[in-house]
Amino acid sequence: MPKDHGIGASSKRREDERFLTGVGNYTDDINLRGQAYVHFLRSDVAHGKINKVDTSAAEAMPGVVRIFTGADFDGVGGLPCGWQVTDKHGQPMQEPAHPVLAQGKVRHVGDPIAAVVAETAAKARDAAEAIEYDIDELPAVIDMKKAVQPDAPKVHDDLESNLCYDWGFVEENKPAVDEAFEKAAHVTTLELVNNRLIANPMEPRVAVGDYARATDESTLYTTSQNPHVIRLLMGAFVLGIPEHKLRVVAPDVGGGFGTKIFHYAEEAFCTFAARALARPVKWTASRSEAFMSDAHGRDHVTKIELALDADNNFTALRTDTYANMGAYLSTFAPSVPTWLHGTLMAGNYKTPLIYVNVKAVFTNTVPVDAYRGAGRPEATFQLERVIDKAAIELGVDPIELRRKNFITEFPYETPVAVAYDTGDYHATMDKLEEIADLSGFEARRKESAARGRLRGLGVNTYIEACGIAPSNLVGQLGARAGLYESATVRVNATGSISVMTGSHSHGQGHETAFPQVVADMLGIDESMIDIVHGDTARVPMGMGTYGSRSLAVGGSAMVRATEKVINKAKKIAAHLMEASEADIELKDGQFTVAGTDKSVAWGDVTLAAYVPHNYPLEDIEPGLEETAFYDPSNFTYPSGAYACEVEVDPETGKVTIERFAAADDFGNIINPMIVDGQVHGGIGQGIGQALLEGCAYDENGQLITGSYMDYAMPRADDVPFYQVDHSCQTPCTHNPLGVKGCGEAGAIGSPPAVVNAVVNALRSGGHDLTHIDMPLSPSRVWQAMNA
Amino acid sequence: MPEVTMTVNGKPASGEVEGRTLLVQFLREDLNLTGTHVGCDTSQCGACVVHVDGQAVKACTMLAAEADGAEVTTIEGMAAPDGTLDRVQEAFKEHHGLQCGFCTPGMVMSAAALLRDTPKPTEAEVREYLEGNICRCTGYHNIVKAIMAASGQEVSALAAE
Amino acid sequence: MYNFDFVKPSSIKEAVEALGTEEAQALGGGQTLIPTMKQRLAMPAKLVSLSGIAEMKGVGKNAAGELVVGGATPHATVEREAGDYPALAELARHIGDPAVRNRGTIGGSLANNDPSACYPAAVLGSGATVVTSNREIAADDFFEGMFTNALEDGEIITEVRFPIPQAANYQKFEQPASRFALVGVFVAKLKDGVRVAVTGASEEGVFRWGEAEKALSSDFSPSAVEGLSVSADGMIADLHGSAAYRAHLVGVLTKRAVAAAG
Repeated sequence: MPKDHGIGASSKRREDERFLTGVGNYTDDINLRGQAYVHFLRSDVAHGKINKVDTSAAEAMPGVVRIFTGADFDGVGGLPCGWQVTDKHGQPMQEPAHPVLAQGKVRHVGDPIAAVVAETAAKARDAAEAIEYDIDELPAVIDMKKAVQPDAPKVHDDLESNLCYDWGFVEENKPAVDEAFEKAAHVTTLELVNNRLIANPMEPRVAVGDYARATDESTLYTTSQNPHVIRLLMGAFVLGIPEHKLRVVAPDVGGGFGTKIFHYAEEAFCTFAARALARPVKWTASRSEAFMSDAHGRDHVTKIELALDADNNFTALRTDTYANMGAYLSTFAPSVPTWLHGTLMAGNYKTPLIYVNVKAVFTNTVPVDAYRGAGRPEATFQLERVIDKAAIELGVDPIELRRKNFITEFPYETPVAVAYDTGDYHATMDKLEEIADLSGFEARRKESAARGRLRGLGVNTYIEACGIAPSNLVGQLGARAGLYESATVRVNATGSISVMTGSHSHGQGHETAFPQVVADMLGIDESMIDIVHGDTARVPMGMGTYGSRSLAVGGSAMVRATEKVINKAKKIAAHLMEASEADIELKDGQFTVAGTDKSVAWGDVTLAAYVPHNYPLEDIEPGLEETAFYDPSNFTYPSGAYACEVEVDPETGKVTIERFAAADDFGNIINPMIVDGQVHGGIGQGIGQALLEGCAYDENGQLITGSYMDYAMPRADDVPFYQVDHSCQTPCTHNPLGVKGCGEAGAIGSPPAVVNAVVNALRSGGHDLTHIDMPLSPSRVWQAMNA
Repeated sequence: MPEVTMTVNGKPASGEVEGRTLLVQFLREDLNLTGTHVGCDTSQCGACVVHVDGQAVKACTMLAAEADGAEVTTIEGMAAPDGTLDRVQEAFKEHHGLQCGFCTPGMVMSAAALLRDTPKPTEAEVREYLEGNICRCTGYHNIVKAIMAASGQEVSALAAE
Repeated sequence: MYNFDFVKPSSIKEAVEALGTEEAQALGGGQTLIPTMKQRLAMPAKLVSLSGIAEMKGVGKNAAGELVVGGATPHATVEREAGDYPALAELARHIGDPAVRNRGTIGGSLANNDPSACYPAAVLGSGATVVTSNREIAADDFFEGMFTNALEDGEIITEVRFPIPQAANYQKFEQPASRFALVGVFVAKLKDGVRVAVTGASEEGVFRWGEAEKALSSDFSPSAVEGLSVSADGMIADLHGSAAYRAHLVGVLTKRAVAAAG
């Protein structure tokens, strides 16, 4: 019987009521009295020297309050990068300045040149068109391999080159890896592109800055996945506002997928301008603006080589990747192609020797940073594609080749510095074979052939590192912040509870799932518990939501705080029942004394905590509120096996996804309904990457895919129903809930399944090819068939 | 500036608008009905879908002046006055058809229009009808399932759990 | 958007008058014009809405047996009411999305003549007549290349008259992002021969594929166009497909349209 409440129950989401009735509170729904509106004049060239920005005519336009340019930000800090990578020679990465408004040069289409604050958004835009500026267009660098040539134009004149870093991992292993390749019985080599994507949460970014002269306090309302991180970065590094004078609120946020982690210029601008003008300043991005100002994702060009022995055991893996950073370093950009990518190159396989090289490159494009999966999809894609190619070359079954090389003993130390605590890769593959009905594939292929369609099957596995992560470890790896999480459990006199969590929910359903955990621990009804998040004034501290970390890290902090509450409540209960604290048990919201029929209810204890007439005042303080910070000892390692079946129209190259199945191991599950939904959404985005989405620049750095007219978003008729299963559960061993995280799995695991399937379909039609780069649009597939 | 008058969610509403004022701006800014969202500027995402004289339209691609005299229903007008959700809203909740909630108002309004014209749509009809509504969170699985369920069709066998 | 004056006349006569002033522009359903204006790529001083003109709305049949569609008729109405010309109703059913179809109009589509729009293929493929506020224009004379046509300033498309073919079909192959036609082919078997109109493919906008028309006029079967191909010269090449790919699709879709037309 499925549970109907608490951990493991598919509790319906309490968030839904407000979203379904139109009374959600998104940032753009916030309008403050007297607010002005900002419009950013953005560069329409990819690279240029700013000779002049003359705002005088524009200042005289109706409704203009003030116009700001880069000069107004002299002496103000630039946007900081939160992660420093050390290159293979032990040197720190090259780190350029990133001014709030462009100073001296513009470096990508969309780089803000000036900001017009006016009485209405339309008037701000009208005036922006009246700004006279003179920019000498410079040659742009767009292609990464050209950008690192010695004679390439430099994105940043004060840096030595466009190479941010050249990272080797693990550098000391390289000779051994090279030697293994020399001895290999077979080597499979694959060159591929992990296509550049735009996250496209449906809510565009919005920022509203406010300033209270009476208290000298600044407030920023923003579409962020992590308001405390924004407070830290903007307050300390950009504007110099101490934490107690700066409040950051991220109310209902309409999706993030990584791109709302980062601290953006527009946030700093609105906060700065509200202070300068002593009135609220609001910015709402249009979708077109989002395309050229939200951090993009992926964009790797990789050569991967897999060495096998005569028995088809993987003996070594070697990769060479160029990773696009764009024109500036976004908040966590340097970590994505390194620590979130290189450490995952072992995948689910016991390859003993691995070497990863990554060259991070500056180009005249929008900055690139984490997008759902961040580094792990790139690792998974290349690994699972090269294995399929090896299976083709060796004439063996791709599933059997994988099974032969699965890691089966846990804990397992990979040659790329991480230790998997638990997993059972054969179990998830077994489950996949069952739910995907792989044994029925050949019959379905015949049926497709009868209709003139080529059917293909693609299977792959994935592993990811989630629950990011141990502060001491990430500190060694270059993170400039801790990555713990905090929670405060505030029990009120009536027994109701507010849980203040540093995790942020922007679709993940924390308001529903988190109370399930606390309710289970206390034995009270979920409806007595509310989750408070997204406001630095209401939540003590937080590192936010990304990297599938909310439950594993934030949930664990909540568990620790709840344990503290229980411990104190038991002391109170012991006093009330005149019993020994050691004998107190808590079950179903009742405190009992073991071996007796004495009991007090949860509400009696909470009332006593706040009305302490009969209370052990000599031993404990009144009140019932506890805070915990949780810093895990390791990442978590969700894993799974995915299968995709496609049909290809051989005349047009159009690919349709016929079936998609996912067997995941997320450890313990709190709310299966929400977990299913997370996997569905991830698969939808993964299919998007594989078939539809691809951000394209022309050679001059103009963004070709600047709107939904050219950037293909997955629609309802691009995807099928998905079969998802998470019954294989090997709980995480090092967090109190035994959970691993599920938010990114679908996006990580699905692209290789789709591409493997299309290659399989085309080969079945007699096309002797082993790879097509994503997105597998009809024209690309047709071209591959007719090459 | 011209004055427009319309009936919004059963109540009279009027205001002065510029020629360029979009219906969605009038709803959000003048009437404070912020449930209708703007997710793109090329008339594709569908977060702004409302009903004008009973027909689904994109409120970001219709001038407020064009709705003068019209009956407009927004997401705020879908539930019964006592707060009871309508069948589409209820089904979205029951089947987890929303995550971040941003596309949801438009999805619900589109789905309601579909079910009025096609009371028992097939899965393919639902997917095709949603061509103008983009969701980034759900992979559409539970949205399609919810709409099928709202039409009174059995969904457990349709969508593998 | 830049600001503008908005007027909503209730007759063709009033509309023509309103359009007589400088920088006035007609507004059909606005499904292309409004997004264009949002990008500030168009800046009319006055918009003349055609949505309040009852005489320009609806689908009917005239004495000559032609299907007559009012210029301000939304796609959704054609989808529902053009049952006498199923291929046209089916074409309308795949324009944009349902909400767009409730606003977008046939007159607006033809006046804009987007090279990837669907309606131009039906009008040219059917040999329809475009009726305006002051004349009748044969389809063969109406389309003059990408975003250009025979309309003069202030001239309004009041209705379109479609001869109803013996058999017809439209095959649309969608551009994956915009869902406009990457290539669309309209095939119509009329009493005086077969017409094949292609949209989405050419830099010159919608065009007739003469070679296929000739072959199909003598043998209306998919095999008649087997082996025929259009030249890739002058075809659109972009992110979504090369000129060669588009030329290839013209052949594939023509064959499929003939097969579906039966």
